[in-house]
Amino acid sequence: MKIAIERRPQDSSLMKYLSPVLAVLLTLMAGSVIFALQGQDPWTGLYTFFILPVSDSYGLSELGVKAAPILLCAMGLAVCFRANIWNIGAEGQLLMGALMGSWAALSWMDSEGVWVLPAVLITGTVAGLLWALIPAVLRNHFNTNEILTTIMLNYIALNLLLYAVHGPLKDPHGFNFPESALFTNAVTLPLLLEGSRLHIGLAFGLLAGVCIWVLMTRTFLGFQLKVIGLDASAGHFAGFRERRLVYFSLLLCGALAGLAGISEVSGPIGQLVPSVSPGYGYAAIIVAFLGRLHPIGILLASLLMALVYMGGEMGQIDLGLPLAMGSLFQGMLLFFLLACDFLISYRLKISAHQPPAHGHHAGVNG
Amino acid sequence: MPASHQPESSRSHRLDSKGAVFDNRSGGDRCYRIRCAGITKVYPGVVANDQVSLAIQPGEIHALLGENGAGKSTLMKILYGVTQPDSGSIWFDGQQHTLKSPAHARRLGIGMVFQHFSLFETLTVVENIALSFYGKAMDKRAAGQLKDLARRIEEISSHYGMPIDPHRHVHSLSTGERQRVEIIRCLVQDISLLILDEPTSVLTPQEVSSLFVTLKKLAAEGCSLLFISHKLQEVKALCDSATVLRHGKIAGTCDPKTTSTEDMASMMVGSQTTLGQRYSFSTSKNEDKRLAVTGLTEAAMGEFGAPLHDIHFSVKPGEILGIAGVAGNGQRELIQLLSGERLATSPDFITLDNQAIGQLTPGKRRRLGMAVVPEERLGRGAVPDMSLSENGLLTGFLQNLVSGGFLRQRRIHGFANNVISRFRVKAHGNSADAKSLSGGNLQKFIIGREILQDPKLLICASPTWGVDVGAANLIHQSLIALRDKGTAIVVLSEDLDELFQISDRIGALCHGKLSPVKPVRETSINEVGQWMAGVFDHPEKSASAPMAMEPDRQAKEYTP
Repeated sequence: MKIAIERRPQDSSLMKYLSPVLAVLLTLMAGSVIFALQGQDPWTGLYTFFILPVSDSYGLSELGVKAAPILLCAMGLAVCFRANIWNIGAEGQLLMGALMGSWAALSWMDSEGVWVLPAVLITGTVAGLLWALIPAVLRNHFNTNEILTTIMLNYIALNLLLYAVHGPLKDPHGFNFPESALFTNAVTLPLLLEGSRLHIGLAFGLLAGVCIWVLMTRTFLGFQLKVIGLDASAGHFAGFRERRLVYFSLLLCGALAGLAGISEVSGPIGQLVPSVSPGYGYAAIIVAFLGRLHPIGILLASLLMALVYMGGEMGQIDLGLPLAMGSLFQGMLLFFLLACDFLISYRLKISAHQPPAHGHHAGVNG
Repeated sequence: MPASHQPESSRSHRLDSKGAVFDNRSGGDRCYRIRCAGITKVYPGVVANDQVSLAIQPGEIHALLGENGAGKSTLMKILYGVTQPDSGSIWFDGQQHTLKSPAHARRLGIGMVFQHFSLFETLTVVENIALSFYGKAMDKRAAGQLKDLARRIEEISSHYGMPIDPHRHVHSLSTGERQRVEIIRCLVQDISLLILDEPTSVLTPQEVSSLFVTLKKLAAEGCSLLFISHKLQEVKALCDSATVLRHGKIAGTCDPKTTSTEDMASMMVGSQTTLGQRYSFSTSKNEDKRLAVTGLTEAAMGEFGAPLHDIHFSVKPGEILGIAGVAGNGQRELIQLLSGERLATSPDFITLDNQAIGQLTPGKRRRLGMAVVPEERLGRGAVPDMSLSENGLLTGFLQNLVSGGFLRQRRIHGFANNVISRFRVKAHGNSADAKSLSGGNLQKFIIGREILQDPKLLICASPTWGVDVGAANLIHQSLIALRDKGTAIVVLSEDLDELFQISDRIGALCHGKLSPVKPVRETSINEVGQWMAGVFDHPEKSASAPMAMEPDRQAKEYTP
């Protein structure tokens, strides 16, 4: 039997939407194999990972809590990726939003004015935006590769945050733990649902989704972003200002990631801690592509990713599996997505003397 | 199978003297290394090759001449097995063959050096060459094979006077050296016919003369060469015979040693053929300078460009200025400087209605009333993966298609529909992707999109390149109608017939210099043909800028 790869005459639009579904199925299949290797019953494993966490209303509200920052970051990233700008720095932008927002919150949290919470949110948002300004300036004026600069800035942001919680922002009455003081109510986000941790950050994420949808489908700015993403030379020819568009998309993403960061610390966490984000900014990259850079798709994908985070914790608690299982699922999701995306432009041609066995698709791609 | 296992005979008869090879053969086809007859290839909307015949003897250097778009590339792709002809036959060493693929052609002993090199920059010379002919057979013994191959490369490179170190990385090589790698790659495979596609367009004069030494040595050993070019002086210096293609047909054959460059030029551009119908001349009395280019001098873009030297011209409202010339002589530079994709080094080099625009961005120039039809349809003129509506918006955004930053969908579709119907674009509605259109239809769409914006100044590159006759007439009529409304139009084209049909005044670009610009009524297609070949006095002739294209001197330089 011979398996050959050949280019499709036209990209398959069916595969474009089928590919994320296939990737999820393949991830589940590979996941059950890993559960089995860990000595767990695959069904119990999958149930613990993907059903148990959302089997009650509290679980569902926690899903929203986890999805909120991913959603905000992924919406911004989608704009960047549409414009062919490879911003890998949502994580750092999120951390800077959390750090500077916390600083503002700790400075102002004892005043009672209604302006305090909005001012804290704006500080966090602007901090994320300014952090994204660095790679934007570097790309536009020094011709650097934004993939490298944004990744490097992630580590700088993380270390700045660690410095702050170990130093200037450490709670003086906190028994020397690397944590800030607990935020007061004045700088805490209102809850969406009483009795849960579901805060208004999720609403920010949904609102961002609507705005991004309008931006990309209804405005000339969104059109220009799409043009430079698809064909930069055509955009240049038409007279679009590429540098401005680079600034716009990177800064927009930075602002949204910064808002995600401050929403985390002033929402479910309630203080600045070293582990503000379990990699939300990186997970958002997977989410953006899994959701095909479309707001609806991103919403669904961010819920799935939130579930993976919760499943990881649940697997640790109930089955004693390592927490890294969650990351493993994230990785597999991206891996299978990239593999399945290959089938958008290519197809397998199987010429067989005997009927081709099933499962070979996965074997060849994986 | 490694090519080194090729029959020894083919190698030895190459090394025989020219005469010996002839003696071994008797009768008709046996005299020819390659012969083709009745080659016809039709692409949608254009006949690329029409009953083309060609014959090359062993050890002969044969030139294939013609303008871009004359069918040279199609013919050489057919001879190298890349494309299959619709009809016609090919004989190689007297035997009829159907060349199924380049690999098949290589097995027969045909090698080809493309204009754009296909080398991996991060690999060494020997690794690059190994890749092309060990292919899948590369295995554990690769290291040993590479050592043999490197020795072979050194032998060949010293034998033919092409010094190259097989272990150098390709990224560290100059363009000329890369070309040597391409040639050596062919020679290690024991070829008896080498096809070279415009090999000199990327070389410095010194590199050209050393290349010619190599090629002459190859020919003296019996290898046949097919040399594709439009540089007549080089053809005169190197080739034994020449076939001239024009519009896909054989325009004639000649002996370049005894034929004058002027005669060859007129064969290329076709002064003997009848012209298409001439459109009306401009009747505008407006003597303003809509566009003025003054002393424009700029560096070349990339390795296939030409630097612009002291370009002067102006265009009046209601006039079409034609700029002839073979691509690669500064057209790309001129268009990008005019459109603003590249900014001039001085704002005053280019003025629009007396306003210096040399350093304005493309968007600002569009707002001042400039429209541009670029030479690349996909990639600049249109975004392949966007619909026609979106591609209409691409440059038509000033036509009231956007309000307050929001898209006016109905007007956007209306604008695209208008272009589609007025210019008879064949497409499945305004939602069809640009890449789904044929070249000619996309060209109609792009030209229509620019014309319907009623520009004050239209810069138009190769308006009818690859377009069928009906569409060409439509485009010409639209350009004339636009001119009569008072638009100043600059048309850059390689097609002299076209320029003589529609231009009011005409000049030619050669080696980045502009010939005199004359009213079309006061010049002849023959004269402009010579300008295209560089036979003109530069208006600003100075001692420091010697004429590059005096035929005799040039020929001497190339002769070793």
